[in-house]
Amino acid sequence: MSDKKPKRRDFLFTATTAVGAVGAAAVVWPMVDQMNPDASVKALASTEVDVSSVKPGNTITVLWRGKPVFIRRRTKEEIEEARSVKMEELIHPEKDEDRAKNPEWLVMVGVCTHLGCVPLNDKGDYNGWFCPCHGSHYDTSGRIRKGPAPWNMEVPKYEFVNANTIKIG
Amino acid sequence: MSDHDYKPKSKVGQWFNDRLPLLTLANHLTDYPTPKNLNYWWTFGGILTFCLITQIITGLTLAMHYIAHADMAFESVEHIMRDVNYGWLIRYIHANGASMFFLAVYIHIFRSLFYGSYKSPREIIWILGIIIYLLMMAAAFMGYVLPWGQMSFWGATVITNLFSAIPLVGEGIVTWLWGGYSVDNPTLTRFFTLHYLIPFLILGLVVLHIWALHVPGNNNPVGIDIKKPSKDTVPFHPYIVIKDGFALLMFMIVFAFFVFYTPNILGHADNYIEANPMVTPAHIVPEWYLLPFYAILRSVPDKLLGVVAMLSAILILAALPWLDTSKIRSAVFRPLYKQFYWILVADVLILGYVGAMPAEGLYLLIARVATAYYFLHFLVILPVLGFKERTLPVPLSITEPILGGSPSLAAARHRESKIK
Repeated sequence: MSDKKPKRRDFLFTATTAVGAVGAAAVVWPMVDQMNPDASVKALASTEVDVSSVKPGNTITVLWRGKPVFIRRRTKEEIEEARSVKMEELIHPEKDEDRAKNPEWLVMVGVCTHLGCVPLNDKGDYNGWFCPCHGSHYDTSGRIRKGPAPWNMEVPKYEFVNANTIKIG
Repeated sequence: MSDHDYKPKSKVGQWFNDRLPLLTLANHLTDYPTPKNLNYWWTFGGILTFCLITQIITGLTLAMHYIAHADMAFESVEHIMRDVNYGWLIRYIHANGASMFFLAVYIHIFRSLFYGSYKSPREIIWILGIIIYLLMMAAAFMGYVLPWGQMSFWGATVITNLFSAIPLVGEGIVTWLWGGYSVDNPTLTRFFTLHYLIPFLILGLVVLHIWALHVPGNNNPVGIDIKKPSKDTVPFHPYIVIKDGFALLMFMIVFAFFVFYTPNILGHADNYIEANPMVTPAHIVPEWYLLPFYAILRSVPDKLLGVVAMLSAILILAALPWLDTSKIRSAVFRPLYKQFYWILVADVLILGYVGAMPAEGLYLLIARVATAYYFLHFLVILPVLGFKERTLPVPLSITEPILGGSPSLAAARHRESKIK
């Protein structure tokens, strides 16, 4: 490239390439986006659960968006254990008060944040959950305490529709 | 190459060949000058071609009976096993064929490592081979998901979740791969599509792999450049064809043993339980051929770095022609490299073993040491060795050591014993 002035032909080249690139991108995007969750998958976004039969110390597992959700009715000891932990001890610091608005009920996606296995109930070094795949330990608030998982188990958006029913999503 | 002036004997042949030179190609393939000292480790290219064709044919026939839907996939595989005529045979050939394919490819790769086949001027052959290997892993992984058993489902969950380690966009990529919020029907249908596509991509790359091979010609156990054609070469047909055929026959005996006597030994019993998104099996392990990389993944305590280490372990192979600084190809003339070669073989086998064990205690420690050594071998030992090692004298031709063409008869004898 020398110090020649751009010619009409240069302009045509650039313009053609630019239009071609935009056109190609416009065709590629639908091809890529068709792989994202479709309307029927998104439509199943919320689930209502009757929790009246869950006794303290018990956990039920429900399926929400193809993933298991743990609903645990915690005992007094478990709540106390979860709330007395100092923030400095946590890998992913989150207050139990923020994770369980109603301290008796812990609702979270039962999926290990490491590589997506389902952790086991009432197991592990912190009386919470233990993931059998790669050995992550979670406490009674579902927070990661030991092992390769980087984050606490996710708390989904949920609300109590009435005293006995939780709506997840 | 002498085939440029090839002329078919018959008039019809000439007429056709002038329009489409297929006969020239056939002549090139039969006359292709091959080093006459190739040993049985060189027969695995042919064996691998056989494996690919076997997988494509059995896969096509299975696809006629399989239903790629989360509600029906598991049942349709059982339908193949119980109802379809010879369905059990075709499926067992396909499932064990994947393992045989990897067995052969590992021998093929380690042969290259021993005889320095990846070195100049064969870097492109080597890199094409690595791409084929990556595609093989992708195809095998997706194929394992199709029966929709517990291992299928949770294997798919764990492997796709590897992408969630990518900062910022990771979660979005995983959702995109799944086509939902977990592994489900959309995931199954796209995996089936890709599992069907990839073997044909591999086939195309195999053509390029062989094409790139036919430019410089085969490496050989002595690892020297030879004149082609010359008294150091024999035509591919019939010499190599017969030798490859015999090796293939031996290989098929092993293959048939697995298919007919222990068809499930390389699989996992949990995969005969239908996929259940609510329960993870107690111990998730990938197929045996992925275990060394799985061990590397688990040996790093950080999620992102573990994934990076695992991918690097594979991709580092692509840089091998430049990491190995030695000009001498064959390990026969590299006394130190030969030892490190066998240590690497042992290291990979150890990684495979600990990959199948739970990641805790002593196993975890061993996995970490073996992972560190794996990278040490490629990043430190190989580059340094090229400068430090005192290599043995290399013969001038394949025939030289046998005919005593060397000035010293003792040296010729010594070399001869090395080649054997």
